[in-house]
Amino acid sequence: MTNKNLEKVAGNGLLNRRHLLGMGLGGAGMAVANTVLGADSGPLQIPYWSRQPGPGASPFGDRSRYAPQLERMSGSPNPTYPGGGASRSPLQHLQGTITPNALHFERHHAGIPDIDPAQHKLVINGLVRQPLVFSYEDLLRYTMVSRIYFLECSGNSGAVLRRDTPDPNGTAQSLHGLVSCAEWTGIPLSTLLDEAGVLPEANWIAAVGADAASMGRSVPLAKAMDDSMLALFQNGEPVMPGQGYPMRLFNPGWEGNTSVKWLTQIKLTNGPVHFRDETSKYTDTLPDRSSLQFTFPMGVKSLITSPSGQMSLNQRGIYRVTGLAWSGSGSIRRVEVSADGGRSWADALIDSERHEKALTRFSIPWEWNGGSAILQSRATDSAGNVQPTRQSILDERGNIATYHFHGIQSWSVNNAGEVRDAHA
Amino acid sequence: MPMLKRIASITALLTVAATSFLASSQETVRLGTPISESQLANFDLIAQPNGNGLPAGSGTARQGKAVYDARCAACHAANGEGISAATIIVGGDMQSEGEPLRTVGSYWPEASTVFDFVRRAMPADAPKSLSDDEVYQVVAYVLFLNGIIGEDQELNASTLPRVEMPNADGFIDQSAIH
Repeated sequence: MTNKNLEKVAGNGLLNRRHLLGMGLGGAGMAVANTVLGADSGPLQIPYWSRQPGPGASPFGDRSRYAPQLERMSGSPNPTYPGGGASRSPLQHLQGTITPNALHFERHHAGIPDIDPAQHKLVINGLVRQPLVFSYEDLLRYTMVSRIYFLECSGNSGAVLRRDTPDPNGTAQSLHGLVSCAEWTGIPLSTLLDEAGVLPEANWIAAVGADAASMGRSVPLAKAMDDSMLALFQNGEPVMPGQGYPMRLFNPGWEGNTSVKWLTQIKLTNGPVHFRDETSKYTDTLPDRSSLQFTFPMGVKSLITSPSGQMSLNQRGIYRVTGLAWSGSGSIRRVEVSADGGRSWADALIDSERHEKALTRFSIPWEWNGGSAILQSRATDSAGNVQPTRQSILDERGNIATYHFHGIQSWSVNNAGEVRDAHA
Repeated sequence: MPMLKRIASITALLTVAATSFLASSQETVRLGTPISESQLANFDLIAQPNGNGLPAGSGTARQGKAVYDARCAACHAANGEGISAATIIVGGDMQSEGEPLRTVGSYWPEASTVFDFVRRAMPADAPKSLSDDEVYQVVAYVLFLNGIIGEDQELNASTLPRVEMPNADGFIDQSAIH
């Protein structure tokens, strides 16, 4: 099966990424006879759907009934935490970089409020020359910008650090599904803060949501005046209720919880408020028992989404190894892939645009010879940050707290072709 | 403003706009409606470590026991020991062997955080249903259960910010790292 024309670029079957660019994958990878398309199946016929008109246009689109009925994965309700919890995006079944709105991950602290935008208010007060209140209708008249950004819960992937042994049932979705990416459209926050007139002594903002928990987070004024936005639209439609309808704060690249949903108040302050969700939660206790607080940019990270946990390789041959990379500190400069547990690495092809603070798609051809393998990916961002190994993070900060984990994910492949979570 | 200086400042603004990541606000509408802080007295619930935003009212732990038993104990149990890992609010020691139990008493750095969170988010099934006095009382009771204040120590807008939390110095601010 091995085609000598395919250039091996790293151990255990990794092939030059140029082979994904139409340079000779076909001859080798597809050599095994396909029973559906093969010569033995007789002459091809025009299918029945080409012989009758289908239904016409509809007000709201639906998926093909033959397409995978992709769903988010959510935990079971907790009676002591009504409305709390999370749902995770099915990363292993998505391609490209944009997460469909209905599949964008969620994390709620007191459920989704049922907000009538006609009654919703956004207040800016505190250390400003003139406190202001805005209606939804007012805000729709402002100049807006559109940017593609990832959003990641800082608790994403924490189980990978927490667990002493790999998760035998782990998938890309269950382990890493608290990250998504969308085009967000809204008003630069600086526009609204300038209108209220920030006083010189203000150096943080306190953002509060209109959910039952009135979830609040403090954000340094410098970020608020840089690229933070009041997001009103998500992939072209009003932000979903689970994402903060009618409006949310969006802090590009920063831990998701700071992008307060259902935003109803911004208070200019001197110093952070020390809300519960920036003290008790979203802080990382180190082995010496001090705790890191206000860890904002999400670290450079990547993940192979296919093949990934619970998938099976059904035959030897060439596979497209693909995944996602992102960084809260810039764009993705490089992604490397290893098939031998990190002993050797090969550069992957970057398939998508390399937007700042956005999911970026990579891929590389890999020839599975039927033996065991450990697949890994390692991202480098435009600031030069390199994704660390799980072990190096464990050595550095232990696992008392598991927020902000961005270590390398390992997937093992056994000689039966079964793909599982692994620690390597 | 003299014309030349004005042109210079407009040029400066345009330069900032061109190099800034997001669009300049110079060409947008100004539609915010002025409102006074007094009109926000029932709306702005933010309580800060320096006491800014704490409302009038007061309470002691002795007063708070009844409120706690009625409104909090179902989830946090009779003495704050909780009914699950996530509902434990009493005990713990950051310097203990093994993984430290992190609670209001052992972990939270500011007393204002307890007040702010209880006032806005608790009880979880009926947030914002406690009066300001009841919030002071319950916060006093939780701090008393943690051995941080006395049973008859009154919490109010001036005493609460002075409560010394055991782990107040346990945090390292990472916000300067971008």
